[in-house]
Amino acid sequence: MTREPVLTIRDLHLAFGRWGRKSNVLHGISLHVGAGEKVALVGESGSGKSVTARLAMGLLQESRATHATGSIRFDGIEAVKGGPEIARRRGNRVAMIFQDPTSALNPTFKIRGQFREVLRSAEPRLSDAEADRRAEAALAEVSIPDPARALDSYAFQLSGGMNQRVMIAMALANRPELLIADEPGTALDVTVQAQTLKLMGDLAATRGTAVLLISHNLGVVREFADRVYVIYRGRMVEHATTKQLFAAPRHPYTQALLSAIPKISGGGLPDLPERSPDFERPLIVHEGCGEPAEVV
Amino acid sequence: MNWKFTLPRIGAALIALIGISMLIFAIARVMPGDPARIALGPNATEEQVATLRAERHLDAALPVQYWEFVKALSRGDLGRSLYTNRPVTTDIAQFLPATLELVLVSVIIMVVVGLPLGALSAHFRGRFPDHLGRLIALLGICTPAFVWGVILQLVFGYFYPIFPIEGRLLESTPVPPTVTGFYLIDTLLSGNLSAFGDALHHLILPATALALAGIGQTARLTRSNMIEVYAKPYVEMASAYGFRPWRIATRYAFRPAFIPTLTILGLECAAMLGNAFLVEKVFGWPGISRYGVEVIIRKDLDAIVGTVLIIAAAFLIMNILVDVLVSIINPRIRLSQRKS
Ligand SMILES: Nc1ncnc2c1ncn2[C@@H]1O[C@H](COP(=O)(O)OP(=O)(O)OP(=O)(O)O)[C@@H](O)[C@H]1O
Ligand SMILES: [Mg+2]
Repeated sequence: MTREPVLTIRDLHLAFGRWGRKSNVLHGISLHVGAGEKVALVGESGSGKSVTARLAMGLLQESRATHATGSIRFDGIEAVKGGPEIARRRGNRVAMIFQDPTSALNPTFKIRGQFREVLRSAEPRLSDAEADRRAEAALAEVSIPDPARALDSYAFQLSGGMNQRVMIAMALANRPELLIADEPGTALDVTVQAQTLKLMGDLAATRGTAVLLISHNLGVVREFADRVYVIYRGRMVEHATTKQLFAAPRHPYTQALLSAIPKISGGGLPDLPERSPDFERPLIVHEGCGEPAEVV
Repeated sequence: MNWKFTLPRIGAALIALIGISMLIFAIARVMPGDPARIALGPNATEEQVATLRAERHLDAALPVQYWEFVKALSRGDLGRSLYTNRPVTTDIAQFLPATLELVLVSVIIMVVVGLPLGALSAHFRGRFPDHLGRLIALLGICTPAFVWGVILQLVFGYFYPIFPIEGRLLESTPVPPTVTGFYLIDTLLSGNLSAFGDALHHLILPATALALAGIGQTARLTRSNMIEVYAKPYVEMASAYGFRPWRIATRYAFRPAFIPTLTILGLECAAMLGNAFLVEKVFGWPGISRYGVEVIIRKDLDAIVGTVLIIAAAFLIMNILVDVLVSIINPRIRLSQRKS
């Protein structure tokens, strides 16, 4: 029996700009992430990974200069136009981890105040004492040695790794169903990155959190993900299980990506020697990775 | 109070004050015109003028005169005004509080109106409330305070006479016994509530006229600083983590945007001290700025030096206060001080 995926994106198009100066950024992206699944989205810089994530969070509001069409289903609602429905679920049913944790925390408030606000997005009437108790518990869960002290610090007083954990603790504090991580910790050192991934993997396993990982790092993707989407210039080009993809990439762009990195590397996306018209070929979906089943 | 932080600033302010005193001392004396002659009028004899000049050491060399001034100053004596024929300190004690009260109320209006206006503009950026807010701000900035004074007098004093347009109190209201010289405070201290109401009533129009340009500046500054902060990752993160937009606008984006705003607000307050002159003129407000201009016209040497020094001191104190305030609300500065 199949359940409806936590997040389903269908035929997502996005254009920025007004009138004659429109630039199309996404040309029909489709993807889905199920409960407990770890899915990766890879692609070169500017291919549209972050805008996809931000659209899924409802963070790119429809405006005169932002036009999104298609469908983003999450938690029984349609989120492609942003709006209050998805806004209510942010920090609560869906959470996000950002690339640079230190700049993602407000420099003029202590962690404590920010953490309280996060918790109150799910429970507005939470008392200070109860909020602090939960914050300390959440920080302890991500192995922060002295949670009370961390709460009384400003982000700039903590190390990058600490901030990363604080941000993850905040993201997880309200037990979201879906966690989106946009290149988590690439601003940090490798050990912190590894810890972050381990934490997210545990979450998927123990709580059934759906995880969408955006990454530059093919080594990381290979270690972490169950399935992989490859995006090229706003188009999905290949969709496969991690095993299938790394064993037998079928799309010319993916093949170029994988062949350009040395075999055992864990490094970032390679610079491809040149763009090939081949790269524009249509989406290739491997066996067993088809469209998600509709709810029965 | 953090003295390590404050003391160097006070020291720098004192040095600046000494420099200003020398400068204004020299400038006042090289301005054309004989102060003794102006003070005594055209009918005085040459002997009378010469006596006055000798009495005031006006024929001595400049450094000698400055030395006399410093000696007097160390006794708390700023000399005598040739215009009011009273000690300059007495004049300042009388006129300064009126100006400070006016400026202070203006600053309050400026902050209370300007900050929310700017924050609202930023929150609704590119939409109608923003356009309206920016228009109001622009009007405030590009119209001089004395023009606002006249407009306000016409509208609220003449067409709809709901505010008095002159002075600090009605003729019928007794002047409160002087404690601070601020009528708002002195009337309260004397327990006379109707006098307090009257003082406030008189303050509203001139304070608003003086505040309008500052409101515009504050709103524009707050808006642009807020918009800058809205582009920061931590604001997107706040949205992503479910902070309500209103909380972001009034707290999480407001505080970081307020820190750079505050620095400029300090300058804006100082500018008000200068602008106060025209408003005082329009509203018949017996303040120090008006006094300052009168004494300059009359080449009233001691009064000029005294007035300029006191205004410069007020300016410098304001700057120190702003620095201290910024250091209090900016945790980075506050914590780096604590460490050192
Ligand atoms: N607000 C915006 N207005 C206009 N263009 C934008 C906006 N945001 C993103 N873009 C454009 O959309 C494209 C996709 O951007 P996006 O940030 O999603 O790329 P990315 O795949 O995340 O790249 P990277 O790996 O460098 O993070 C880029 O060409 C970018 O310039
Ligand atoms: Mg990105």
